[in-house]
Amino acid sequence: MSAAETLAPVADLGGPQQPLLDVRALSKHFASRRGLFGRGGGVVRAVDAVSFAIGKNEVVGIVGESGCGKSTTARLIIGLIAPDAGEIIFDGEQIGSELSLRDLRRRVQMVFQDSYASLNPRLTVGETIAFGPRVHGLAAEAARDRAHGLLRKVGLDPALFAGRYPHELSGGQRQRVNIARALALGPRLVILDEAVSALDKSIEAQVLNLLIDLKAELDLTYLFISHDLHVVRFISDRVIVMYLGEVVESGPVEALWSDARHPYTRALLAAMPSLDPDRRTEEAPITGDPPNPIDPPPGCRFHTRCPFAEAVCAAKAPALMSTGTVQHQAACHMIDPASGHSRATAVAEDQPDVR
Amino acid sequence: MTAAANDIIAVAPDRRARGYWSLVGRRLARDRVSTACALVIALIALSAVLAPWLGLADPYQGSMIRRLRPLGTAGYPLGTDELGRDMLTRLIYGGRLSLMLGLTPVALAFVIGTTLGVIAGYLGGLVNQAIMRTVDVFYAFPSVLLAIAISGALGAGIVNSLLSLTIVFIPPIVRVAESVTTSVRTLDFVDAARASGAGPLTIMRVHVLGNVLGPIFVYATSLISVCMILAAGLSFLGLGTKPPQPEWGLMLNTLRTAIYLNPWVAALPGVMIFIVSIGFNLLSDGLRSAMDVRS
Repeated sequence: MSAAETLAPVADLGGPQQPLLDVRALSKHFASRRGLFGRGGGVVRAVDAVSFAIGKNEVVGIVGESGCGKSTTARLIIGLIAPDAGEIIFDGEQIGSELSLRDLRRRVQMVFQDSYASLNPRLTVGETIAFGPRVHGLAAEAARDRAHGLLRKVGLDPALFAGRYPHELSGGQRQRVNIARALALGPRLVILDEAVSALDKSIEAQVLNLLIDLKAELDLTYLFISHDLHVVRFISDRVIVMYLGEVVESGPVEALWSDARHPYTRALLAAMPSLDPDRRTEEAPITGDPPNPIDPPPGCRFHTRCPFAEAVCAAKAPALMSTGTVQHQAACHMIDPASGHSRATAVAEDQPDVR
Repeated sequence: MTAAANDIIAVAPDRRARGYWSLVGRRLARDRVSTACALVIALIALSAVLAPWLGLADPYQGSMIRRLRPLGTAGYPLGTDELGRDMLTRLIYGGRLSLMLGLTPVALAFVIGTTLGVIAGYLGGLVNQAIMRTVDVFYAFPSVLLAIAISGALGAGIVNSLLSLTIVFIPPIVRVAESVTTSVRTLDFVDAARASGAGPLTIMRVHVLGNVLGPIFVYATSLISVCMILAAGLSFLGLGTKPPQPEWGLMLNTLRTAIYLNPWVAALPGVMIFIVSIGFNLLSDGLRSAMDVRS
């Protein structure tokens, strides 16, 4: 408690090579109760054995359709919901055993999508930002100064804004307040869950630039969740593509954009609206809604919508494996020569396969 | 953490005088019906509180020779009751007990019911089930019957009728508090507060209470009139106050034998109950619309 009185910054532990966040086989299943006594319902595999790592000072984007488990993953990492299986390791310390949930709060914070719902309408902006530091033992005066300093950092004059209520702010200003609140505990990882999706395009660009500036200034790492591929490409170093609770592909932005290996990633990229009329897509690359996650299809979960699906896809789930490019992985039978898929291309023999 | 959290709300003294409640107050003051109701209730309450200093007659002193005088009798503007006591005096003195019996149970039930409802709504799960199912038991009985049953079991008396009315009004307030809390609990700012490491008690006090008190308070004010009528009913049945204490419900009871002789005088306590309860109801309606700031 006494150490928290000044809310000293969290020290780095493992050096720059150690990943800041290492998620291993993380799973969260929700029971969907249908019958009166809880019988007859299924299990929603919202997040199913998801693994990834985020390096220090990296920006990792997570993309996917709604319901693919992006937000659940975020809530699991920040500890708002407890995982059913898997481990989350923050800078070498396992959450739950070596690192308490309370200490995790100092290290990981989150900015929510709905800028209005994520601010308490009965508290002033200053009170909202100062709340976290107060909870962690900072004196009222110090917490207020901290809130004022953070408001200045996100580009809002504290003399003008600290005493205002959320309904007196615009959407962009509210989201700046949310960012200031997330930074109030001095976190190292900030999860941005659709943080700019609800904003106007011009405001969105301003907030994105603010996020980039803050990252450099405060030595931050971002997990950037969005369905807007343009924004993800703009801000991210690496991208993770999720489909129905699973990671289907991950890799550096440029590798993914130029050489997407999973048909779902390709479909997502093809669905991006383009400003160039010659490159306009005339048809939807994939049709239909994602299958019901209560009863996901067997084998590869994407095979019901995949144009290249074969018998093997319905029979066996593909594992995430290297595509041959550094850090670039995909879970598709078509990149695994041993899978028996007719389109499976030969991958260089010396590549390490199944991760 | 809890020690620090106690004055967490007093963190930003730079709040401008544009708080939510001052806005509600100004909107309420602009509403003519609400202002009129508030004035009438304030007048009745003030005269009841100040009754001993208003130079009125003795509320207990009757006279057999001037029983049941009609309205407008010289010296007795509102007539006299069946024992020859001045009605005006007794109506004003009666307001003391009647208002107390109408307000206290609702106030107590508001505090207890809000606490239980917010806890049930915020914690959910087994705690919610335990509290809400217990509350459901009380719903098996009509409120009047429940009040009579509890009062009857405890015995007649003011304290016992206060107690029984409080018990009657806790369940509906718990239900409202629970449902409002459940809807607030799912909002992102509660998640954000949890993510900042605050405990359930701090979150309930700082983030939940401020957002649920309004609707619960409006609901509670609408219960005041019901409570006054129930209290009057208990007294009417002889379960509340006892003669010769002046109380509107009891006065209605003792005067009912005179309804054919002097109906206007006999109806007066009922008129008082009517005025006060409709006043509280309209005030509650005004408060409800004043609090709907976004409209």
